[in-house]
Amino acid sequence: MREVAVLGIGMTRFGELWDRSFREIGIEAGLEALVDAKLSSKDLSALYLGSMASGPLLDQEHIAPLILDYAGLAGRHLPAIRIEGGGASGSLALHQGYLAVASGQYDYVVVGGAEKLTDVPDTTGNQIASASADQEWEVVFGATLPALWALIARRHMHQYGTTPEQLARVAVHAHAMGAKNPLAHYRNPLTVAQVLAASRVAEPLGMFDCAPLSDGAAAVVLGPLSEAKRHTEIPIRIAASSVATDTMAVQHRQDPTVLESTRVAAETAFRTAHLSPSDVQVAEIHDGYTISALLALEDLGFVEKGRAGPAVERGEFTGQGRLMMNPSGGLKAQGRPFGAVGVAQVVEIVRQLRGQAGERQVPGARIGLTHDVGGTGATSVVHLLERREP
Amino acid sequence: MSIARFWRATPQRYNLGASKCAVCRQVYFPPRAVCPNCTHHRESIGKMQPIQLTGDGEVISYTVVHDAAEGFEMQVPYVLALVRTPEGPVLTGQIVDVTPSEVSIGLAVRATFRKLREEGKAGVIHYGYKFTPREPGAPGRTSPPG
Repeated sequence: MREVAVLGIGMTRFGELWDRSFREIGIEAGLEALVDAKLSSKDLSALYLGSMASGPLLDQEHIAPLILDYAGLAGRHLPAIRIEGGGASGSLALHQGYLAVASGQYDYVVVGGAEKLTDVPDTTGNQIASASADQEWEVVFGATLPALWALIARRHMHQYGTTPEQLARVAVHAHAMGAKNPLAHYRNPLTVAQVLAASRVAEPLGMFDCAPLSDGAAAVVLGPLSEAKRHTEIPIRIAASSVATDTMAVQHRQDPTVLESTRVAAETAFRTAHLSPSDVQVAEIHDGYTISALLALEDLGFVEKGRAGPAVERGEFTGQGRLMMNPSGGLKAQGRPFGAVGVAQVVEIVRQLRGQAGERQVPGARIGLTHDVGGTGATSVVHLLERREP
Repeated sequence: MSIARFWRATPQRYNLGASKCAVCRQVYFPPRAVCPNCTHHRESIGKMQPIQLTGDGEVISYTVVHDAAEGFEMQVPYVLALVRTPEGPVLTGQIVDVTPSEVSIGLAVRATFRKLREEGKAGVIHYGYKFTPREPGAPGRTSPPG
């Protein structure tokens, strides 16, 4: 297997992009990544595109060739493949692109993620989000995606004494970072009191415990590390790309407070890369709900099971400790266009490792992690990225 | 959800039809074709036996839902819970005939047959299980039958 590097990145603003279509945001991100990689489109071998729900949202499937077509590449007749895995679709696409380059089958691939959630009403968007849970044994009985995460949150509180204030700190941190990110959906700061006073969605989770429905697209160009110097001053090596799965429904888990898929994906990734959680300086983790971030910190191995609440309260992952969580603002503030999320996480980590993250730069970041979750954790994807000194 | 898609799950949603692995004795709801617990899954093929849950259970987690699932808009706020049965499986379902503030982890409940939701005025009506608090002192199984 060859070593694989991220050679270029591109991303649209996340948010309510009323005036822009799915194909417009898709090609904007992709072309930006190609230019960033100093790559001509004639060098491209393939496109992998992550999208969770283009069908229910836009009545449009078959979107990978569509995006290539509008990027002006129909005449190249390249392979173009769409990947779906709920909210983790983008990082699953990245996993496939990584394997394609590592295997030697393709030299240069674009991995994109895109979703257009505001072309349908909020209620429809939420129903579509719930389709990443089990329709037949959860949703039909009245469950929604936030309700299922609320069941996890209540259990976490019961077993470990986690408090609503500790959950709120995750959202407060996300908005503090989003305020420094020009591409973020939300750039307004939040206080703990505001999070706690927000209207309830599914107790103990309120409106500000939940990431928004956003439009957006992100893309990266991957290629062989051996060729990276021709394309970028600071190659970012993909040290590990790891996917793991678990039961579809929360009810079938031995312990609902553990995301086994995350635990296994992280273990595999760290073992592959010969790294440990203490080597990571910056991480983009799944905070679709405030409780999701606490589970992620625990199951990725950054803190002992049950201790994430107090650690976040102490500021350990929000600026006081050695690891910075979600400098982009995460799903909560940067936004949640499902299929784009996993790719956007990698875009942020690459910016951080290149030292190009502006106001939100984590000083001296050399190793970064991304963590993407589909549904309530039936899929988790972990990537480890490493800065190669020029 | 189409008529056929709902109708074919009737034995489970109406009667709590589960399955039990003849090899390791583990019980599953909804029924499984192979046993996830047996190391060599193939051993369990053809040996998953039908079994009916008693309907007793205990709340292991719950939420009060304010932003409803499709078809549940008229029921807010409603309580949704994870209910552990004495047979082993955990079910997701509403707790009804109770004020939300009376629900807590550890509450003893019993399954009851109710209307879940309807698909508009002319659509299918979905029925299935919900849970109600069990009367103190009411008979309830504390160990798996059989």
